Amino acid sequence: MSDVQANMELDCRGLNCPLPILKTKKAIETLNTGDVLKMIATDPGSINDMTAWTKRTGNELISHEESGDEYIFFIRKK
Amino acid sequence: MSDTKKMALIASRGTLDWAYPPFILASTAVAMDMEVQIFFTFYGLTLLKKKLDAKVAPHSNPSMPMKMPFGPKAFKNIEWPIPNLISSNLPGFNDVATTLMKKTFKSKGVATVEQLRDICVESGVKLVGCQMTMDVFGFTKDEFIDGVELGGAATFLEFAAEADIQLFV
Repeated sequence: MSDVQANMELDCRGLNCPLPILKTKKAIETLNTGDVLKMIATDPGSINDMTAWTKRTGNELISHEESGDEYIFFIRKK
Repeated sequence: MSDTKKMALIASRGTLDWAYPPFILASTAVAMDMEVQIFFTFYGLTLLKKKLDAKVAPHSNPSMPMKMPFGPKAFKNIEWPIPNLISSNLPGFNDVATTLMKKTFKSKGVATVEQLRDICVESGVKLVGCQMTMDVFGFTKDEFIDGVELGGAATFLEFAAEADIQLFV
């Protein structure tokens, strides 16, 4: 899981719907195809939201893990 | 994506609580690569004003929880039973409730309506003002933010007919 090398890290801790999605979208636009974004959120809704967002946009949700109150996502840009 | 999904929204309300749904949905839909048009009509038109002044009115809003955004957890969890006699007659009550709601939203990491509206504008959400209600309420286009187009029911329906999602807020 964590052996994936992230090209960019995005801190969405403390942010609530829909900001983690909006910020993830903005961040991924600055990356190149194949790059990996690491996003950290505290919003429990972000698990379902990130799954839905990646499904719709075609970006790949490589993994998500929970550590304490935090949700960590690795997303590969399509 | 070749088959871009489309969402058509009608925003018909102008209070702070009802200002959120259209801007949250629109900004998120664009982030999900959808094309969005919001048709602002009746009180929703006020959401297009340069200076947003949306307030919340607890009166006649019986299921709205009245809680304090500050203090110890037990205090924050108290639901204050505000009688309609007070919420409807006490001058400035709506302002207090509005301030409290904004504070609560901020403490929960929720974006402001202004932020969400800015994101919508930047990301290309098409904002259409209802010409008829503008005439009725005496609004002019220069009171609105830049980029607003004007139209009527046919303008909305033409887009909505091709849309995958149509919602009335």
